[in-house]
Amino acid sequence: MASVITRVKQKQIAQLITKGKRLDGRDLTDYREIKVEQGIIERAEGSARVLLGKTEVMVGTKIEFGEPFPDTPNEGVLTVNAELVPLASSTFEPGPPDENSIELARIVDRGIRESKAIDLEKLCIEPEKKVFVVFVDVYVLNHDGNLIDASALAALAALLNTKMPNYEIKEGEVKIKPGHTPLPIRRHPIAVTFAKINDKLVVDPWLEEEQVMDARVTITIDDDSNVCAIQKGGSGYFTPNQVLEAAKMAAEKAEEIRKKLES
Amino acid sequence: MSQKPEKLIDKKGLRLDGREPDELRQIKIEVGVLSNADGSAYIEQGKNKILAAVYGPRELHPKHMALSDRTVLRCRYHMAPFSVQERKSPAPSRREIELSKVIRESIEPSIFLEYYPRTAIDIFIEVLQADGGTRCASITAASLSLADAGIPMRDLVVACAAGKVDDTVVLDLMDTEDKIGTADVPVALMPNLNAITLLQMDGILTLEEFENAVNLAIEGCRKIYALQKEALKTKYIDVKEVEE
Repeated sequence: MASVITRVKQKQIAQLITKGKRLDGRDLTDYREIKVEQGIIERAEGSARVLLGKTEVMVGTKIEFGEPFPDTPNEGVLTVNAELVPLASSTFEPGPPDENSIELARIVDRGIRESKAIDLEKLCIEPEKKVFVVFVDVYVLNHDGNLIDASALAALAALLNTKMPNYEIKEGEVKIKPGHTPLPIRRHPIAVTFAKINDKLVVDPWLEEEQVMDARVTITIDDDSNVCAIQKGGSGYFTPNQVLEAAKMAAEKAEEIRKKLES
Repeated sequence: MSQKPEKLIDKKGLRLDGREPDELRQIKIEVGVLSNADGSAYIEQGKNKILAAVYGPRELHPKHMALSDRTVLRCRYHMAPFSVQERKSPAPSRREIELSKVIRESIEPSIFLEYYPRTAIDIFIEVLQADGGTRCASITAASLSLADAGIPMRDLVVACAAGKVDDTVVLDLMDTEDKIGTADVPVALMPNLNAITLLQMDGILTLEEFENAVNLAIEGCRKIYALQKEALKTKYIDVKEVEE
């Protein structure tokens, strides 16, 4: 996802961060402004758009009937996919998902799955045979850095907004009844991403900071401040202390962001 | 299909395979096992059997991908169809694509990429049999094959997972523990620089448990590091014996 940034600017960003400042005026631990909108696509069972500064991510959910996995016969199925849509950045190209979009989808997936955010057992219609399949499609519309946090938040917002069709079983056949039930959401996992620049951690890196960073780490936190997913990325490294510092900071930040969903 | 055991830790505090919580599995490492590759290594860790090979630095195709100031490190992590219980399709899965990326990023900080501009270094990893913790064993082997290929490095990269099964933080999870345990935290380390180059987690851990798991994984890494260095030296000891 590299694109051009001048050496002068690289230096400027890095030097400012050493002094504890950032080019856009934020503190090292500040997020950009977050806006969450829900229910914006009527055709989707659930939807949301998240603005994280200029980063914009839309998520739509669809619900279909399907078969459960053999090892979890009593649970519905969750599928997360991410598209880095070419209109979102000059560095995104059309074509099958590349490693960046696959990684993004898998980080979002891991947060929802490992925190047990969705009560998948309630999505079971007939054990071993029929369950609801929840498709979460992450659509990146504008790339200005930190797609992970924006996507994870948009996915959760969309799931909270998702309605399952009502159904009844008549003579062994599943029939859809009028009306909807909200998708059973138990937990609210929040992803918090840090970039390491000049040996300092900054929260919510924007695009130009991502181009300068040595490495990033995303820590997903559940409602009880437990860690439920982590992913390090980028070709640099972290010291053990930085990792633990990031985890503690993530727990604080997650609480802050979770409030955005309630309001 | 095997039955799911109810308890992963018995009354004596031992695990399914009789290990203590902080005990590694049996590890066997060999360096220079493939004659065509510039560098190669083979690792067995528990029932994991993994081959890693390095080709390069060499000319990069397609050429427009080349970088003028450093080499391009590429990595393919791949599982053999017969490496797991149910046959795995040989086409790369999303999991394999993600793992190829995180393994590459865990190795990159160890290499002096700027020494070989306009070239590529390819790492190929084949998991012949999987038993949990394949990404970690793959990193351990991949780093050795780079050393075997004579590529200058800041340090070897070594990896090991820690996690939580039942209510205990344990080292080096095997397949069953990984699948039905509470959490898994793979960590890759450059021991001499105290640098974590891979960190992932899935499951649920409190902040305190997470800290314990990271520290335990680092301890495990340091133990495997000793075996790694031993394996590198052994290759040259063997050569000497042949000459005599």
